[in-house]
Amino acid sequence: MRNYLNIIIAYSIMMLLIILVGIFQSWSIALTIFNYCMISAVMTLGANIQWGYAGLINFGIMGYTALGGLAVVLVSVAPVPEAWSVGGVNMMTCLGIIILIIFSTRYILKNIQKSNKRNYLIAVIIIVGLILIKIIAGPAIEQIEAVDPAKTGFLGGLGLPVLFSWIVGGLFAAGLAFIVGKVALGLRADYLAIATLLIAEIVVSIIKHEDWLARGVKNVIGLKRPAPYEIDLQTSPWFINLVEKFHSAKLDLANSLSERQDILNQLVIDASSVYVKLCFAGMFLVVVIILLIITQKALYSPWGRMMRAIRDNEEAASAMGKNVVKQHLFIFILGSAIVGIAGAMMVTNDGLFTPGSYRPMRYTFVIWVMVIVGGTGNNFGAILGGFVVWFLWVEAAPIALFFINLFTAHLPETNEIKIHLINSAPYFRFLLVGIGLLLIMRFRPQGIIPEKIIKQ
Amino acid sequence: MDLINAVIVLLNYTIIPALTYGSQLALGAIFVTLIYGILRFANFATGDMMSFGTMFAVLLTYYFQSIGINFGFLPTALLTIPFAIFMMIFYMLIIDQTVFKYYRIKKSPPVMLAMVSVGVMFVTQAIIRIIIGPTDRRFLDGEKFILKATEFKEMTGLAEGLTIKSTQLITIVVTIIVVAIMFWFLNKTKTGTSMRAYSDNEDLALLSGIDPKKVVLITWIIAGILATIGGILYGLDKSYRPFVYFNNMLPIFAAAIVGGIGNPYGAFFGGYVIAFAEIFLTYAYKKFLVYLLPESLEPNSLMQLLSTDYKFAISFSILVIVLIFRPSGIFEGKRI
Repeated sequence: MRNYLNIIIAYSIMMLLIILVGIFQSWSIALTIFNYCMISAVMTLGANIQWGYAGLINFGIMGYTALGGLAVVLVSVAPVPEAWSVGGVNMMTCLGIIILIIFSTRYILKNIQKSNKRNYLIAVIIIVGLILIKIIAGPAIEQIEAVDPAKTGFLGGLGLPVLFSWIVGGLFAAGLAFIVGKVALGLRADYLAIATLLIAEIVVSIIKHEDWLARGVKNVIGLKRPAPYEIDLQTSPWFINLVEKFHSAKLDLANSLSERQDILNQLVIDASSVYVKLCFAGMFLVVVIILLIITQKALYSPWGRMMRAIRDNEEAASAMGKNVVKQHLFIFILGSAIVGIAGAMMVTNDGLFTPGSYRPMRYTFVIWVMVIVGGTGNNFGAILGGFVVWFLWVEAAPIALFFINLFTAHLPETNEIKIHLINSAPYFRFLLVGIGLLLIMRFRPQGIIPEKIIKQ
Repeated sequence: MDLINAVIVLLNYTIIPALTYGSQLALGAIFVTLIYGILRFANFATGDMMSFGTMFAVLLTYYFQSIGINFGFLPTALLTIPFAIFMMIFYMLIIDQTVFKYYRIKKSPPVMLAMVSVGVMFVTQAIIRIIIGPTDRRFLDGEKFILKATEFKEMTGLAEGLTIKSTQLITIVVTIIVVAIMFWFLNKTKTGTSMRAYSDNEDLALLSGIDPKKVVLITWIIAGILATIGGILYGLDKSYRPFVYFNNMLPIFAAAIVGGIGNPYGAFFGGYVIAFAEIFLTYAYKKFLVYLLPESLEPNSLMQLLSTDYKFAISFSILVIVLIFRPSGIFEGKRI
């Protein structure tokens, strides 16, 4: 119990902070923050597996998050039959060609000896394939994008339940991680960071500009939800009754029947948004707990010990007969898949897919700050990091505003510096997070909750 | 005649812009490579440091304009370069003393320093946004064009016009001067040689009496000069926006690695490789081919290999290809 005391204290403080937001701002805001904290926690769990368990630095978190989001669109949105009829065959042919290219390249790599001839052959296959794809896909893409461009203009998805897409998001991310891992994992740590960062940019730019796939920067809105809609709740009698019971004391204070009705309506609207967010929070909590149990079991299993051995001394582990390359690839895929799940969760929570919003600052570097601040190699630490840093990221502006007002209280309202500072309050979040990271790296490099190695 | 027209089209739309953009990238890439070679870490705050220097140039340009100082037909921003460089170096040295020095003395692994530079990136970005805000700013004044398309057409009687913006010429000329001085410094002076020695083998350099503090100081000074000038040239040519500068870090990294990180010549060359690849692969060759091919063969499509949306993606793909086939870069750089 004593071992877990600091963890319990840290989590209690975090929960208290969120409850304080609920009391002072509103419960709806508090729950929004809580949900995003959960999503961030899943991302940090993924990044922590790569960095904390295996020492692999992955600055491509943005790419996996975006792929997870893409999965939601491709799985849950209803298919667009017109688009499929004008361009479906061509696009499927292209998919076939891509698969053909991959398999023929593999075949050549396996069956022909290493020589210049082999390289030229592979180059020819890829170039011919790309030209074919360009010829076949070009007109089809134009036709697909011309189908009701204001609303669809893309192939649509499969129309399956949205929860299913969380798994698919994980699989997509795992697939990308497999390719990236094959290409880049041999590189030294800081090169790996740069390479993954740039590959993630490539992925996002493809999602942004291939409109036939997921409407690109035109965004997909109104995605399906695994939780009820506010508007349905507001009209369903059981919900209104529930709210009435919950707030009966407050309602009894009303003077007249019409006033009571007004108050009740307002309460129902507020409660419906809180209820929906609670539903999401419940689902996210389930995901976080499942992942936490699995990762925690893995960390203290023989496999986890092997990963730590590889991390701490690659040569020694390799000399003991552990396949370092294979294990690195495996853990890279595993971590990325978890990040992909988080990406899908985030898009589900928002109900919209906005490829333009995927920026390395928010989706790669902030997540890394979370991992470092929380505690590398410790899953409880990673989750806590997600909570703490996201909380700071969101609440930085109000906090900064409070301090600006405090320190400039003696200045008149028209003072230019004061106005300038108040207008730039949102940017203090960068300052807060940056200084937080620098302080943690300097004075507590192992994070808030450090890695704990159980000696057996 | 058609051939000349075709060449002019190519010059106007690809070669001159690529040379300009390449010069801007090259300055940034040498900055990255110097920090990597001598201080031994990948500096993720590169883009924001360039942005920081440029911010002072923008503010001083506005100030100079308000008190009526200008530089004739040249942009006022060129006058502000020394002051901006001074502020930049000052900031870099503060950061080095308060942040990087601790890890350098502790001999932390490069990853640790890269992480720390992420922290520096956040802080720098915050400072920039608090001081100047995130909006788009133009600070170019003076003559805009050296050669206008219409003038060129009148002069030569060709169907195609050639435009040379003053910023393009300034960028190329300033880059050549700065890079030439820097290479002279690195190769011919004693301090420069000691820096290269320190970069090649730290322990051996320390044994032969090279003062590491001096090397680090000089490195930051050169880095400050390169970052500020690179940033100002980019800002003059396009416009100044903090977010864009942060994003520019990515092609700059690509340029440095493609050229062979740790090798200044490679970085210089890498900048142009990336710029030319980006522009040549996204340029629509229709106009060019119309001049060259007989009428029967004229293309009906744009003859564009890739849409301009993928400009950034190209440089990253080049980087990935280089990393797979020649991990130490086109010019031999540090071993990976």
